[in-house]
Amino acid sequence: MSAQTETASGGAVAPEAGAEARRRTDVIFRVRELGIVGALGLLILVTALIEPRFVEADSLRNLALNAAIFAILAAGQTLVLVTRNVDLSVSSVLALSAFMAGTLLSDHPSLPIPIVFLLGMGLGAAAGALNGFLVTFGRVPALVVTLGTLYAFRGLAFLWTDGRQVNAETLPDSFLNIGTGTILGIPTLALIALVVVLIVGQYLRDFRSGRELYAIGSSPEAARLAGVRTDRRVLSAFVIAGALAGLGGVLFTARFGTVDATAGNGYEFTVIAAAVVGGVTINGGSGSVYGAAIGAVLLGTITSSLIVLKVDSFWQQAAVGALLITAIAFDRWIGLRLDAALRQRSARRAG
Amino acid sequence: MPAESRTLAQRLMRWETLILGLIVVAWIVGAGLSGDFLSADSFTTASLDLSEVALMALPMALLVVAAEIDLSVASILALSSACMGELWNSGQTIEIIFLECILIGAACGAVNGFLVTRLGLPSLAVTIGTLSLFRGLAFVVIGDQSVTDFPSTWTDRAFGNFGSTAIPNTMVLFGVLAVIFAVLLHGTGFGRKIFAIGANEEAARFSGVRVKRIKFWLFVLSGAVAGLAGVVISLRNSTAAANVGTGFELTVVTAVVLGGVSIFGGKGSLGGVILALVLLGSINKALTLSDSISSYWIQIVTGTLLIGSVLVPNLAVRAREARAHNFHGRRQWPWRTRVDTSRPQEESA
Repeated sequence: MSAQTETASGGAVAPEAGAEARRRTDVIFRVRELGIVGALGLLILVTALIEPRFVEADSLRNLALNAAIFAILAAGQTLVLVTRNVDLSVSSVLALSAFMAGTLLSDHPSLPIPIVFLLGMGLGAAAGALNGFLVTFGRVPALVVTLGTLYAFRGLAFLWTDGRQVNAETLPDSFLNIGTGTILGIPTLALIALVVVLIVGQYLRDFRSGRELYAIGSSPEAARLAGVRTDRRVLSAFVIAGALAGLGGVLFTARFGTVDATAGNGYEFTVIAAAVVGGVTINGGSGSVYGAAIGAVLLGTITSSLIVLKVDSFWQQAAVGALLITAIAFDRWIGLRLDAALRQRSARRAG
Repeated sequence: MPAESRTLAQRLMRWETLILGLIVVAWIVGAGLSGDFLSADSFTTASLDLSEVALMALPMALLVVAAEIDLSVASILALSSACMGELWNSGQTIEIIFLECILIGAACGAVNGFLVTRLGLPSLAVTIGTLSLFRGLAFVVIGDQSVTDFPSTWTDRAFGNFGSTAIPNTMVLFGVLAVIFAVLLHGTGFGRKIFAIGANEEAARFSGVRVKRIKFWLFVLSGAVAGLAGVVISLRNSTAAANVGTGFELTVVTAVVLGGVSIFGGKGSLGGVILALVLLGSINKALTLSDSISSYWIQIVTGTLLIGSVLVPNLAVRAREARAHNFHGRRQWPWRTRVDTSRPQEESA
């Protein structure tokens, strides 16, 4: 896989060879991210040519609004996927956090909004810590753990809400404005998502502990032998993913106003799809938060443009699936090309 | 390695005994919660509700043993149901439609199998994609319409019991398929090859197992059974629609993992999966019938059981290792090498 080669070449090969290999892989990764940006641009262009109103400010604002929460969730999911794990429970964590934010603000409208955000993220982080603890200390595969907590957290949400729902009328306007308002014409929600994606993206790209997540995903054993504290890193990836799902929940309430126990039902696969479309491989070690975020925007845009183009809305889901399969097939193709290029180069060196 | 396979057999035996114990607990609790729990009628409805999940769990168990997964089964079920409705509207004979739906399912499975084996893509990602694709196609086929005028001879059969027993006909179908799949997995060379692939794909390939071909056919099988499940659910509810069975894929995977099949492949038994289905059905029924306990607990209990089913044996192993570690009296790194967060990597010898 491309990523394994990336970390391997970064660490094991002689410095100048490593630098060259890194340049080469960097180019390919940029190709991958440019590819998705290109696909997004093409989609918007084609849609705009057919229906110019698609690129009017209102319509673009809606695009950004729809993608924002998914981009935040996809950023968290990327951290987990990069370590060769998966978090299916994000949608249920979102529901818990969304309902908590809703009830807190309905019952105590004077509660400072930052506190609500902190509590939502704290709840999410706790849920993520449980996932991460079971995966690292309990040695239970992430797929099993988060499938279990997907059920358990959703069950808790049902138990907690007990058929009730939070309505927009009971929520303070200042809170709802976060979900619907704009700053300088840009939706607040999209700005929040942008900041989150930039922070998490830079963390994964440039920080030592972020890079270690790639090492773990490429080869957990090699990472451990190289002195990476894998358990701690994987745990932190789950905690961050959980906290971001919690943040997504609070924003969900701010955006939609109406929250019941089914909030975010089925988001888990959309979020993973967004990350994978954005070039995050499901086998770990490869991909970026930025790619995942653009993937989320692309999925949202497809849905909107199909509506604008008056394509039968029934085609939406099929199109998303087809795009996902195309993306992973493309990734595989790039990976094979990269492997071949690196092999050729090292053969030349050896010869 | 006869010694190792024996300990494996012992472990499976222990696992199945454990589930059996949990079933007994669930029945005792269920009987305590509601006087109606231990009745023929409650058995009939509980097993009817689980018909499609149970059917799809059979081929899923084989796939997971081979270290693959198919998350698209519920969407294939929906596509099959949608096609059944449209084909019935077009005036074809119902029996022919059954066959066509199974073939449609098999074709969907072939798409999964092709993407996984020929293009070498990870099945988790592929089937998340086809989960969306096939469900989308189901909506393309039938839209938000539903077809409800299937012939009553068949809907009665799907809803009815076998003869004068309390066993639903769908469970008889499941029983027949369960026997076939059990023989296939545990009694044939094909089944042994599935275990070999799941335990170590590289080694299996080098010993002459046609890994790709076998995996391909497992996906086809999974699709075909999902297609059949689509027929069953449409007849059973007298409704063909594109939104049937949403989320079933997770229940199916839950049953398979709870049944003791390792998500990394190579380990598991069909008996365990069947027992897990009985357990899930019992919990469902017990909590649904109960007046004092909210049925919301079903999901919490299911999720906890699922995690516990892997966690508890792991902790036992870990405790044993820690004891062995103390016995040697020095820190050795290999005691932590068995971490389940990664797929087992083949060592290049």
